[in-house]
Amino acid sequence: MHKNPSSSPSRSVYLVTLIDETRREKKTLGKDFSSAMATMLRVFLLLLSLLSLTAPAFSLYEDQVGLADWHQKYIGKVKDAVFHTQKTGRKRVVVSTEENVIASLDLRHGEIFWRHVLGPNDAIDGIDIAMGKYVITLSSEGSILRAWNLPDGQMVWESFLQGPYSSKSSLLVPASLRVDKDNVILAFGKGCIHAISAIHGDTLWKKDLEADSFEIQYMIQASDSDVIHLVGFVGSSQFDSYTIDAKSGELIKHDSAAIPGGYSGQAALVSSNTLVVMDSAGSTVTTISFHDGKVTFNQTPVSTLIEDFVGKAIISASKLEGLFSVKTGTLTLFVRVTVEGKLEVVNKVDYATAVSDLLAISEDRQAFAFVHSRSTDIDLTVKLGADWNHDLLKESVKMDQERGSVKKVFINNYIRTDRSHGFRALIVMEDHSLLLVQQGAIVWSREDALASVIDVKTSELPVEKKGVSVAKVEETLFEWLQGHVLKLKGTLMLASPDDMAAIQALRLKASGKSKMTRDHNGFRKLLIVLTKAGKIFALHTGDGRIIWSRLLNSLRQSATCEAPTGLNLFPWHVPHHHALDENPSVLVVSRCGPSDDALGLLSFVDTYTGKELSSASLDHSVVQVIPLPFMDSTEQRLHLLIDASGQAHLYPKTSDALSIFRPELSNVYWYSVEAETGIIKGYALKEKASDNYSFDTRSIWSIVFPSESEKIIKSSARKSNEVVHTQAKVIADQDAMFKYISKNLLFVATVAPKASGDIGSSTPEESWLIVYLIDTITGRILQRMTHHGAQGPVEAVVSENWVIYHYFNLRAHRYEMSVIEIYDQSRADNKDVWKLILGKHNLTSPVSSYSRPEVMTRSQSYFFTHSVKSIAVTSTAKGITSKQLLIGTVGDQVLALDKRFLDPRRSVNPTQAEKEEGIIPLADSLPIIPQSYVTHALKVEGLRGIETVPAKLESTTLIFAYGVDLFFTRFAPSRTYDSLTEDFSYALLLLTIVALVAAIFITWILSEKKELRDKWR
Amino acid sequence: MRKGVLLVLFTLCFVLSLFAPSHSGFQSDELLVDDDESSSVPKSDQTTVTTPSPTPRRKFSDSDSDSKIQFTLEHAFGDSDFAPAGTFSARLKTSAHGGQTLTKLRFSRNALTDAEKENFKNLVDGDDFYKIRLPSNVLSPPGKDFVVTSVRARCLPRETLDEHFVIHTDGVNILGVNYGAPAPCSYPRPAKLPSKWSFNSYTILKNTEQAPRTPLFIQDVLKNGEEGEGEVVAPPERSFWAKYWMYVIPLGLIVVNAVTQAMNMPEEQASGQPGGAPAAPGAVQRAPSSAARRR
Repeated sequence: MHKNPSSSPSRSVYLVTLIDETRREKKTLGKDFSSAMATMLRVFLLLLSLLSLTAPAFSLYEDQVGLADWHQKYIGKVKDAVFHTQKTGRKRVVVSTEENVIASLDLRHGEIFWRHVLGPNDAIDGIDIAMGKYVITLSSEGSILRAWNLPDGQMVWESFLQGPYSSKSSLLVPASLRVDKDNVILAFGKGCIHAISAIHGDTLWKKDLEADSFEIQYMIQASDSDVIHLVGFVGSSQFDSYTIDAKSGELIKHDSAAIPGGYSGQAALVSSNTLVVMDSAGSTVTTISFHDGKVTFNQTPVSTLIEDFVGKAIISASKLEGLFSVKTGTLTLFVRVTVEGKLEVVNKVDYATAVSDLLAISEDRQAFAFVHSRSTDIDLTVKLGADWNHDLLKESVKMDQERGSVKKVFINNYIRTDRSHGFRALIVMEDHSLLLVQQGAIVWSREDALASVIDVKTSELPVEKKGVSVAKVEETLFEWLQGHVLKLKGTLMLASPDDMAAIQALRLKASGKSKMTRDHNGFRKLLIVLTKAGKIFALHTGDGRIIWSRLLNSLRQSATCEAPTGLNLFPWHVPHHHALDENPSVLVVSRCGPSDDALGLLSFVDTYTGKELSSASLDHSVVQVIPLPFMDSTEQRLHLLIDASGQAHLYPKTSDALSIFRPELSNVYWYSVEAETGIIKGYALKEKASDNYSFDTRSIWSIVFPSESEKIIKSSARKSNEVVHTQAKVIADQDAMFKYISKNLLFVATVAPKASGDIGSSTPEESWLIVYLIDTITGRILQRMTHHGAQGPVEAVVSENWVIYHYFNLRAHRYEMSVIEIYDQSRADNKDVWKLILGKHNLTSPVSSYSRPEVMTRSQSYFFTHSVKSIAVTSTAKGITSKQLLIGTVGDQVLALDKRFLDPRRSVNPTQAEKEEGIIPLADSLPIIPQSYVTHALKVEGLRGIETVPAKLESTTLIFAYGVDLFFTRFAPSRTYDSLTEDFSYALLLLTIVALVAAIFITWILSEKKELRDKWR
Repeated sequence: MRKGVLLVLFTLCFVLSLFAPSHSGFQSDELLVDDDESSSVPKSDQTTVTTPSPTPRRKFSDSDSDSKIQFTLEHAFGDSDFAPAGTFSARLKTSAHGGQTLTKLRFSRNALTDAEKENFKNLVDGDDFYKIRLPSNVLSPPGKDFVVTSVRARCLPRETLDEHFVIHTDGVNILGVNYGAPAPCSYPRPAKLPSKWSFNSYTILKNTEQAPRTPLFIQDVLKNGEEGEGEVVAPPERSFWAKYWMYVIPLGLIVVNAVTQAMNMPEEQASGQPGGAPAAPGAVQRAPSSAARRR
C-alpha cells in the first residue's frame, strides 16, 4: 500500500497499517483480550476511516484567505451606460456589457458597487433609469424586463413579455409620461409594444402591431405629448412608421412606404421626424421624413458629400440634433441635415472617431461629444447640439497605445465650482477597457478585457540571478518590533480589525510571493491570458497583478482582416538548461473571421516583456493546431497546423525543423470530430510533401454515427502534458491491475437527436446517452455504453486511465456522474514474479496501437446534486499525488471532489483490506462537503473554464478559474505532505533544539562532576 | 504424486468439456480475449466464421421475422481505390417492437488476385496502410458514409494473413469496425510476407453495453450497517507462503548455512591439520609470556 501513494492519499492510512501491526502482536497474549482489542480497534478504525473521509481535503481558516489565492472582478466590454449623478450622495454609472453583466460603478474610483451576471443567453438590449431609483433592463430579445434597485442592486420586479415572433427590441423610459399616476416604461419586443408600470412591473397595456418581421429602429416620444412614434423597417426595402397613443395603446396611424435603394441596417435619428439611412450598396444616403402621415424620401449620393469616395460608407447609429456622422474608410464626416432635407458636410475628421448621444445640459440646450484617437493621445470634444462652431470643451488626453482606438463614448455633465458646465466622459477602448476622463486626465480605468478569457498558458519566471538583490529595503528595528508586537496581539486575540489587516499585509509581504523571480516550489509563475479583445495579459500568480499587456497588432481589425478572433495559445519557445538566459515565448494562433475557412494569423510574443517578436498572416486557414513533441536546435517547439482543406503545415518553416520532422512523418496522426455530420475521422500524413513545409493528408479511419439515433454533443481527450506516475494499481488482495494509459484516448458522448434539447423536452423512453472510448490512431471503439433515459448537457474529463462525465438522468430526475476506468489486460501476466526474473515480461516492449487492445473497463454511476459548468482535474508535477476533481458548479464556485468517491470498485461492504486501500463504502450519491469549495466564500461569476497547472512541489497544483471574474489559488489534493505549512513555528523548533542542547550540556557537566566525586571517594 | 497430477488433469478436462457446450449455449457479448475461443477454425481460402450473436434471445422470438442480408467488404491498398474483398451475410431479426438487430454474421473472403498480392507486397515494403470499408447502413448501402478503417500492412502477415474484425452495430447501422491482427503488432514492425496467401478471419458483432444503474439502496445500506456490527468479517484465507514466509526464509538460510558448514568441515579437517600443527606451539608459548608481561 505504501508503494503506491497515488491510491493512498491521506496520512491516516499509514496509521491504520500501524495499528494493524500492533493487533497482530497482541494476538499472542490471549484470545479474550485480543477479541476485545479487536472490537475496540474496529471502532477506532471505523472512526479513523470516517475521519479520513469527512476531514475536508481542503479548507482554510478565515485569516488564511487571500494568502495563496486572489480574486478579481470584471464586467466585460461596456455596451451601454447610464449616469446617475443628479442627487447628492454617491455618484454612479450603470453599465450593461457584452458579457451580459449589469453593474453599478463608482464614478470616483471605478469600483463595482453591485453587479449581476445574467445568463449566457440573456443578452441585454436596453438599459435605463426610471423614477430616479430603479435601473430598468430589457433582455433576451425584448422578452424579459427587470427593475433593479439603484442603491443596492436588489431586483424589484421582473416581467416576461410575450409576443408572436422574435425581432429587435427597444426600451423607452419617458420622463414625463404618466398613466393613472403610474410612471410608464415602454418596451418593444417580439413584435409587440408593452406599457409597463415602473412601480410594480404590471402590464398597463399591450399592442400587437400585427406586422410580420417588423424590425424596430427607434421609439420616439414626441416632445410634450402622449404620442409615441415607432419607426423601423420590414425586410430591407420597406419603411414603417407607427403612431401610438401612449396612454391607451391605441394605434393612431400607420404609414408605410418602400425605400428607394434599399436599406443596409444602419439608421440615425436626426430629429423627431427625420431618419437617415444608408442604402444597401453603401453609397447613397436617404433622408426619410415622416411628418403628419406623409413619408418623403430624399436621396443624396455619398460622392456628392466627399470627393473621390470609393467603397462602403457606414452611418453610426446615434441620436444627434440635426446631425449625423458617416464613416468612409478612414474618414469620419459630420453631416448636417437642413430643414428642407438637404445635406451639408460640417466637418471631416481623419481618425477613427466615436460619437456620443445627445445629452440635455439645460432646458433648451443639448450637447454631444466625440472622441477621436491619434497616435499617442485622444481628443475629446464636446459641442452644443445645434452650434457646430462653438466648442464647449476640447481636451487632449495621453493614452496608452496598448488600448487601441476609441470605440464608444458616453458623456455626463456636472456643474463646476465656477458655475460653468463641466463634462466627464466614459470611454470604451478597442481593448475593451473602460476609462473615465475628466478635466483632461484619466480618473480611473478598468481592464475589462479580462472578463473574456479565451485561453490560458503559464510561463516560468526568470531565475534569480546571483549578485542582484531582489530583497526589499531593510526595515528599521522599530518597524520590526512593531510587526512582532502586532503578531503577538494577533495570537493573544487582542487585535482590532485594523490590526488584523496590518498583520495580513505583513504576512503577505513576508511570504515574498509577488517577486518577479522563480521560486523553489514553483508557485510563482506568469499566467499568459488571451482575451476576446485581442489583448494578451501576463498576470503574476502571486497577487494577480498585470505584469504587461499587449494589444496584438495582428489581432486588430484591418482592411485585410475584418474580424480577427484569437483561438489558442501555445508555448513556442521554452528555454531550459543551457539557454536559461533566453526569454520564453508563446505562439498566438488566430483567424480572420468566425468561420473555419478564414485565413489564419500567427504571432509570437515574448512572455517576459510582452513584445510581439514577429507575426505572420498565413495563406491558409487554421482548423487545428497540433503541438509536436519535438524541438528544433533553437528550442522552438514544432507545430503542425491543419487547414480546412486537410493540408498540414509545419511551423517553424526552417530546414532544421523539417529534418527533425521528416523521420517522424509516418507516426503523426490526428482526428477530427464533425459534430454536425456525426462522423469522426482519423488522418495520417502522406509521405510526399506538396511543397516544402506542407503535407497532404489522407483519411485512414472513420466512425459514422447514424443520424436518426445519435448526435455528438461532447468529445473530450486527455491533456497532452499530463504525467502519470504509476502504470499499475495495487489493489487490496495484493494483486495489481495495469492501467490502460494511452495519450490517444478520446471520449465521445452522443444523445438521441430528440433529446438534444433542454432537459424536460423529451421523455425518458425516447432519450438515451451513449458514451464511447475511441483510440484515435486506429479508430477502434474500445468501449461503448448506453445510459437509457439520460440526456445532456454532458461535461467530461479524461485523465490517466479514467473518464468522468456528468449528465442528467430523466428517470431519476437527477444529475448523475459516471466513471469509466479502463485497464490493460495484455500486461496482466506481468504480475508473475518468475516471468519478471527470467525476463519474459513485456513491460519494456513498446506499446503499439495496432496491437489488438485487450482492455477491461469498470464503471459506476452516482447521483450528483448540482448541474455543472465545467470539470477539470488536478495535475501535479510527477503525478504521484492522488487526484481530485474540480467541478465548476452552477453557483459559479469550484468544488473539489476526491476521485476516490468516483471509484468503480466501491462496494456496499468493503473488506478490511479494501478499507485499508482507501475504498469508500458505496453510496448512491456523491457528497458535497462545504469545506471543500476551493473558492471558499467567493464566486467566479460566469465561470467558463478551470485550468490546472502543476507546481514544482509534488503535492501542490495551481488552479486558475476564469469567467467574468478571475480566481487563482494553490491546492494540495492530499495536503502538503512534502513541505511544512506556512504557519509552522520555526522559532519553537529552534527553541526546543536549543533547550535540548542546553539540557544535554548541563547533564553532561553534572554527570562529569558526579563521576569525579565518585572517583575521589 | 503422479496420480495426483493425473487426477488434476482429468478434472480439468472434465471441467473444460462441461464448459465447452455451455459456452456455445451462453451467448456472450464480451470481446473474446483468446483467439482459441473463436468458435470455428477458419479454412484456407474461403473462410467462414460464425460468432455468437450478441443479442439475447427475445421472448417474442416466434413472432420475430428473419431475413437474410448481405453486405460487401471493400479493401484498398494504400491510396488505391476500393475494390470488393468479401461478403458478410447476416440474419436480420425484426422484433415485435419494430427494432431490428443483426445476428449470425458469416463472412467469406475472396481469394487475393495476383495483382492484389503484388499490391500487398508493396504495402509491406513501404509499411503503408491496408484499408477496408463497410457500408454504414446494411439495408441501404452505403448509408450516410462508409465506415473506413485501416491497419499497417506489416501487422497482418503471420503464417497466413490474420485479421480480426469487431463490428460495432446499432440495429442495421454499422458505427465502426475495430480491425487488425489478432496477435500483438510489435513496434518496430518487421517486413514479413505470409507463407500462405490466404486470409484467416475472425469476426465479432458487438452491440452497445448497458451502463450500470446508479445504486438505489439507502435502506440496504442502513440494514447492512446494523447487521454488520455483529458479524465478524473473516479475514481472507492466505496461502501458506504468504502466511509463513518470514519463518521459512530464515529457516532456509539456517539450513543453507548449516549445509555449507557441513561441506566445509571435512575440508578443514582434511587440509587444516598439517599446516595448523607447527603454528600451535608458538602460539601457546607466546601467550603466557604476554600474560606475564602485563602483570
